Amino acid sequence: MNEIIGSILITIGVLFDLLGCVGLVRLPDVYNRIQASTKCVVLGTTLSLLGAMVWLGTAAVVIKGLLCILFLLITSSTAAHALSRAAHRSGVQLADASVVDHYAQDLQAISSNEEPVS
Amino acid sequence: MTTTEFLVPVLIVGLLICCAMCLYRIANGPTAADRMVAIDILGTVVVGFVAIITAVTGKIYLLDIALVWALVSFVGTLALAKYLMGKRLNE
Repeated sequence: MNEIIGSILITIGVLFDLLGCVGLVRLPDVYNRIQASTKCVVLGTTLSLLGAMVWLGTAAVVIKGLLCILFLLITSSTAAHALSRAAHRSGVQLADASVVDHYAQDLQAISSNEEPVS
Repeated sequence: MTTTEFLVPVLIVGLLICCAMCLYRIANGPTAADRMVAIDILGTVVVGFVAIITAVTGKIYLLDIALVWALVSFVGTLALAKYLMGKRLNE
């Protein structure tokens, strides 16, 4: 029974991984690719680790798996945020279908507010 | 038991297809940021590989590799992001 539930969880995780990587290939823009692939692949890997924990079911694998899931959730979101910020700062253009760029608007607002002060 | 024996090669092939898509994006990403995103995603997919191999073989120490891989991939991605912003590491 443990094997069946664990293999079902791992299968759902691999499906999410595949969908995230399809997003990495198909989407038109750096920011779209970061958004789609990071969310889907982190969820898929988390489900795979959960499946491994359910499959084996001992205390050591549960503790190590929970620690790995915690580190994965923290580090992947931080890395994706830093990457998108660095891409915007280094001048990567948005796709042609984009409608709004709030980060550039915020930077403009900050610079126009700070000019009379300095 | 037979269903899991049938299922595990399918899962491994699915993750290999994920790695192939990431390698495609690394090979011809238009900008450097595309390649860095693909490298980050490839590191996360490798953690999924290690989870499947741990579940199949039952060797628990393999999860330590997954943990260390996630942390080292995070540090590498942050260093590359700082490099892309044109700053040094102490800023």
